[in-house]
Amino acid sequence: MLDATPGLLAGGPLVQVDGLKMHFPIYSGILRRHTGDVKAVDGVSFSINAGETLGLVGESGCGKSTVGRALLRLYEPTAGRVVIDGEDVASLSPEDLRKKRPAMQMVFQDPQASLNPRMTLSRIISEPLDEHTDWAEAKKLARVHELMDAVGLNRRFDNRFPHEFSGGQRQRIGIARALALNPRFIVCDEPIAALDVSIQAQVVNLLEDLQEKLGLTYLFISHDLSMVRHIADRVAVMYLGKIAELSPRDALYSRPLHPYAEALLSAVNEPDPALAANRRRIILTGDVPSPANPPKGCNFCTRCPKVMDICRTVKPDLTEVEPQRFVACHLYPKTQAAGSTGASEATERNQQGVSL
Amino acid sequence: MAEQALPVLDVRGLKTVFRTRGGEIHAVNDVSFHLNRGEVLGVVGESGSGKSVTMMSLIRLLPSPPADIRAGQVVLNGKDLLQMDAEDLRHVRGAKVGFVFQDPMTSLNPVFTIGSQIMEPLRAHMGMTKAAAAARAVELLELVGIPDARKRLKAYPHQFSGGMRQRVMIAIALACDPDVLIADEPTTALDVTIQAQILELMKELRRKLGMAIIWITHDLGVIAGIADRVLVMYGGQVVEHAPVGELFANPQHPYTRALLKTIPKISGAREARLKVIEGQPPIMTGAPQACPFRARCEYRHDPCEKVNPLRRGGGWSSSGPGP
Repeated sequence: MLDATPGLLAGGPLVQVDGLKMHFPIYSGILRRHTGDVKAVDGVSFSINAGETLGLVGESGCGKSTVGRALLRLYEPTAGRVVIDGEDVASLSPEDLRKKRPAMQMVFQDPQASLNPRMTLSRIISEPLDEHTDWAEAKKLARVHELMDAVGLNRRFDNRFPHEFSGGQRQRIGIARALALNPRFIVCDEPIAALDVSIQAQVVNLLEDLQEKLGLTYLFISHDLSMVRHIADRVAVMYLGKIAELSPRDALYSRPLHPYAEALLSAVNEPDPALAANRRRIILTGDVPSPANPPKGCNFCTRCPKVMDICRTVKPDLTEVEPQRFVACHLYPKTQAAGSTGASEATERNQQGVSL
Repeated sequence: MAEQALPVLDVRGLKTVFRTRGGEIHAVNDVSFHLNRGEVLGVVGESGSGKSVTMMSLIRLLPSPPADIRAGQVVLNGKDLLQMDAEDLRHVRGAKVGFVFQDPMTSLNPVFTIGSQIMEPLRAHMGMTKAAAAARAVELLELVGIPDARKRLKAYPHQFSGGMRQRVMIAIALACDPDVLIADEPTTALDVTIQAQILELMKELRRKLGMAIIWITHDLGVIAGIADRVLVMYGGQVVEHAPVGELFANPQHPYTRALLKTIPKISGAREARLKVIEGQPPIMTGAPQACPFRARCEYRHDPCEKVNPLRRGGGWSSSGPGP
């Protein structure tokens, strides 16, 4: 089967996103005229290699969940390309898209809301099989049992209803359903946010085990920065519909380049009183601007502690400022790097001087 | 902070039971703690551990039935709240004890202005005139860091962001200068950068006003940043009680130890695999005769099945003998 080498070895990117935009129209006035757009996702580009986990972090409303949904075309993207395993999902015809669905699945945030309360566990997990295979009932049930084993649910529970399970178990059901059709790519949209601390670790370990066994590729959307540090290989930090920084995990956490990434990481509460007392926190003032009316220049310029004149007028592009590290910020001089993703061979430069 | 002075709040042997169709749920089992003037007491535990119910029981905010406070004493400034009549209790709520709830979206009334909601306790408890209350409301909004306060009095909650609404909630809780502020997961619904703002604000307010705070949360990171002492709750009882530095440096109860290990860190060495506490938290039907954590505990031994360590008295940690 696939092997799960994180990084560039496993045959290049499985998912390639180019200039993805997702605008939601605003209609107002008595004639319901189209008066503007909520630019939930405004030109996002990245790639995910096969077997890799890309973490997508940011505050609520930054567009991270919208990216996840647009990738799987649960929304119709306004613009951009989403190439998954060689096919552009954003422009597939409905029939081709249906055939493509088994390869890409999703695990949702709230297992309470994403499982039908009137369906038994076996019907929930076999629903994708009903839709995409012509298997006999017995074969489907066998597959359901296999999946229940894989996610650590007791086979005897296959006739129970979702309300009979705890939050952690419900999330396992959601994961089993996502795995039913042997997907290659799974979008995990805040899969642990609704769970208790002691249960979160169980689910994260399960996701990691499954990745290793089945060679899965994850987009892990979360606002929990310490959990993302644990599970992701690379991390994209989003702010107001754009990627502020995209870096390998260790590089980002030890030395964030974008001022927003820096502030976000400094705001995380470390469970250690000694560290908490000594840490220099960057307290951002104010709130995130509305995505219907983003600032003219850099989206972060209204709250940035290092704001310069140029930031208020010119939007910075996401450029590779160090090998593998992409930042959208005027603090870092532009290189001639062509694309904003992929294995570009941008000149290596040391720009630590700028980042304090 | 005067160590010798009487604690502002002293809770002894609090027991709360919910009567449901499926039988009794023992949500709070013999909880005792005290709160000193000007200190922040952190209360941690998972959902269902009884932390919120304990604090709601203190000032009898739980509807009865189904809730039934079976036993205990809650002494605030020398008076037992559990013996008080409704009228006196009404004065304590709001005036002596302030509450900040988790969700600032649902705890403000959407059809009243921010100003009228801040002025309400001032007029009800302090007997202020409208003009005096308005002046005090402006002062309070400035105190919690809302710019342009005078104009904001006329705004409605939906015109405020989540962080601002939580600031308004804090302003309301502080309105009558309470002795005790109970904050129930006040930052859980907020983003990390906004959470950091609120934490800084609360630290500053405590310095300025010197009130005592009970801070309920499931986030050990928040506790590390703000608390002086910590209660760890599990299965409706206090399983460990320690000063914050001590708790993180040298956790005693197996549950506390396990919990600290399940959380990934944001700095330092990255763990290859997360530690897990196997199993689920218990559902507290029937008074607990044995240790509530026994099913998930890695140091389980015979006595754990028979004796609730809480009953043995002695030290604060209710764990059995160490490993």
